[in-house]
Amino acid sequence: MKDHYSLVIVGAGPAGLAAAVNAAHHGLDVALLDEQPAPGGQIYRAIESIPAERSSLLGAEYQRGSELVSVLRDSSIEYYPDTQVWSLNRKLEIGLVCSNTAAMITANQILLANGAMERPLPFPGWTLPGVMNAGAGQILFKAHGIVPADGVVLAGSGPLLLLLAWQYLHAGVKIKAILDLTPVHNHLRALPYLPRALLAGHYLMKGMAYKKELKRAGISTLHNISELRASGREQLESISFRQNGRQHVLETELLLTHFGVIPHTQLSRAAGCRHDWDSSQQCWRPQLDEWGNSSIDGILIAGDGGGIGGARTAEHAGRLAALEALHQLAKIDQRQRDRLGRKDRKWMREDLHVRPFLEAFFHIPGKLLRVPDDGTIVCRCEEVTAGEIRMAVANGHSDSNQVKFQTRCGMGPCQGRQCADVVENIIAATGGDSIARGGHYRGRPPVTPLTLGQLASLYPEEKE
Amino acid sequence: MKPDVLIIGGGLMGFSVALQLVKRGTRCKVLDKDSAGRHASGVNAGGLRQLNRHPAEIPISVAAADMWHNIESLVDSDCDTRFPGQIRVAENAEDMQLLEERAAMVRGLGFEHEEIIDRDELYRLVPALAPHCKGALICRNDGYGRPFHALDAFRRKALSLGVEYHASVRADAIEHNGNEWCVSSEKGEFRAPVLVNCAGAWAARVAAALGESVPLKPGAPMLMITERLPRFIEPVIGAASRKLSFKQMQNGTLLIGGAHMAELDFEHQTTDMDWAKLALSARTVMALFPQLENVRIVRTWAGIEAFMPDNLPVIGRSSRSPYAYHAFGFSAHGFQLSPVVGKIISQLILDERTEFPIEPFNIQRFCKR
Amino acid sequence: MLKRLDDNPEKTVTVTIEGQPVEVPAGETVAAAVLASGIGYTRTTPVSGSPRAPFCLMGVCYECLMIIDGQPNQRACKEYVAEGMTIERQHGTGVLQT
Repeated sequence: MKDHYSLVIVGAGPAGLAAAVNAAHHGLDVALLDEQPAPGGQIYRAIESIPAERSSLLGAEYQRGSELVSVLRDSSIEYYPDTQVWSLNRKLEIGLVCSNTAAMITANQILLANGAMERPLPFPGWTLPGVMNAGAGQILFKAHGIVPADGVVLAGSGPLLLLLAWQYLHAGVKIKAILDLTPVHNHLRALPYLPRALLAGHYLMKGMAYKKELKRAGISTLHNISELRASGREQLESISFRQNGRQHVLETELLLTHFGVIPHTQLSRAAGCRHDWDSSQQCWRPQLDEWGNSSIDGILIAGDGGGIGGARTAEHAGRLAALEALHQLAKIDQRQRDRLGRKDRKWMREDLHVRPFLEAFFHIPGKLLRVPDDGTIVCRCEEVTAGEIRMAVANGHSDSNQVKFQTRCGMGPCQGRQCADVVENIIAATGGDSIARGGHYRGRPPVTPLTLGQLASLYPEEKE
Repeated sequence: MKPDVLIIGGGLMGFSVALQLVKRGTRCKVLDKDSAGRHASGVNAGGLRQLNRHPAEIPISVAAADMWHNIESLVDSDCDTRFPGQIRVAENAEDMQLLEERAAMVRGLGFEHEEIIDRDELYRLVPALAPHCKGALICRNDGYGRPFHALDAFRRKALSLGVEYHASVRADAIEHNGNEWCVSSEKGEFRAPVLVNCAGAWAARVAAALGESVPLKPGAPMLMITERLPRFIEPVIGAASRKLSFKQMQNGTLLIGGAHMAELDFEHQTTDMDWAKLALSARTVMALFPQLENVRIVRTWAGIEAFMPDNLPVIGRSSRSPYAYHAFGFSAHGFQLSPVVGKIISQLILDERTEFPIEPFNIQRFCKR
Repeated sequence: MLKRLDDNPEKTVTVTIEGQPVEVPAGETVAAAVLASGIGYTRTTPVSGSPRAPFCLMGVCYECLMIIDGQPNQRACKEYVAEGMTIERQHGTGVLQT
């Protein structure tokens, strides 16, 4: 690895891959850093190594990744798998660990393409072994061919639940129940966006087809579910929930939940990029212009890390950000950039037509985000409950950073990735600052843990 | 009701002053431009150290130590304090000689809290230490606390006794009209006959409004904290000839400081870590505790503090007004002094004198003649 | 709880999970291997000692911390199995290597 590149791209999912290929095509020296051992990101995970049979179970959308990845393999891009970025600042210095060795490199332009993560949503029992994210279930399936053995309950709200159910169905997995926590009145909320969504109707058609197929197979979705609770001693034994005023209990060893995805902003936060609260997507997203420029010169963001748009939009945004980097580096002029980007901009606009509808349809109700039960753990690392957070607010700590100092919420190894937004929601609902005003946990690098030995190996020339 | 005293700065110093005043029946208002303990008070290393203080600070630091050992009687909370001692290790003969001279000097001043220990005693107290050390200087009743918890305890106690606190009040102008001070802000005007400047890194602005120019330099010392580890060390460790402050906190995490500064953007109140300096800190830790090589650092940060050129605070009456007082410039070692500073300022305001020797902290030392 | 679709993977390695030798497919993450092995919880928390297991499998939640080849606090979802690897549950703060 060199210590400087014209363009460094973080993340080898659809946005990063498309950007890297586009930039390299125009002769730029590009380094593509990725924490996984193989390219594809979470969406196309294991795309190069997956057996054909399993790949076909995952559907055509997944297989699309193999083309993207093969272009990377044929290119001159310096690709670094197994590479963790632990620091980024406004001087465009990147701290990383590659094959257990720490390094500090710089770039003229940096593109963050680090994707999304599942929205953490605490409910009673969500820390029990046997409760996992639906995305985790899908990763086990994609990357390792591991599926539920004795049946599974899927619960939550969002398109991934449906997709995973469909994929499990084809793999012969027994689905005990699909619990839909989407409130029924979201239909009304989403209705005004339907005409625009029909412009990208293939997404809706696909969803309907999945639904129909599941129904035909006898797998019913229970709607209007609330008060989801997981129970068990050392391991999940059963779940309970309420439907239409009636309480139900279901025995299961495995519960996969999903409440949508949110941008993974740890690095853009670390760099100090400005972020806004997006009330439609119900998450923070970095401020970006139409080419992916963040509020910091030289830092671009593309893909779900800049706001949820899905894999196709990520590809377009990645190519556009690469053009912008080329333009900033004076490899192409503005007219060339605009001309070369025309198609991607058009396709991206079309692809995004479905989003407002999906965001309204799968809008997570405030009651869930506020974690009504005082005993529910919010910070998984430090085991801080919703009640303790409300107590801190009652004692005069009115923003998430004060609550963090007071309760240690967000001070564990995950660095608040799991609790930050939840804490903000609870504070806002308890009479503290609103989410937009109260702000987010301040970044405390390293973004991923770094050993003392790795840090000690840096800057050997520095003396007391 | 109009207060008797306006305190600018809702950090540990501000609330300590307010608490001592309200206990004696004085009405106080604390104004803070952000939230309580937002900067140095909330995020410092929490050291309760008399060891190796500047001679001028020794008397007040020893008095503060007494107060910390009984802190619960003052603020109804132990502030998560522990007193396993603070140690300054000697890694070679020159280090040892330095420490012995230091111990003799402190004894010469009539204080007994700093003590030389030999190699055997050092390794009895700190078996995890690398084997090359020769001995150390120790203060056995030193320790540490959790800064934000201490701040919160001082704040809550002060509020419970009637102190008023206003967050997000940035003083735009400070004027004296002959009878009283008037602090104007976007949130309105605040008036009182007496003003106390506890504004930390922002204290030079308050002093300037009083007509006093001080060479205060804001700085942001960096700290690192590791994942939780099994308990392996009790005392706080420093070194005679290296920049280091090292302790295992109550929950098992290691807190590492070395007085290395982050890059500070004072206007925007943001800091960027200086990884080259942190790498140096990591090497220092590994020289003394090589077994920590694979321990992970999970967070680093830097709180914004006030540094004076002589690293001594400004504590006392304003040189320009008999109705204004200063307590700032603690140069990254104010946490331990905070209870006694409240006492000093409250005595100056209410008794016009204090039992503590504070002449070295007079603001006039910076006034050019 | 979980099973592998393919019982006869092409390449395998032998790792030790909680003292038991287990043959697992090469290329698997440690988290996948332990989930498929059915050992249940993979760590207890340092705060209350409650049992936990992998949750997100994408490196975000830090719930899957285990002791791998003697090293505590390793994210099992980010580490890949290797021949002879020892994988242990992490109890509380884990261990300090000396």
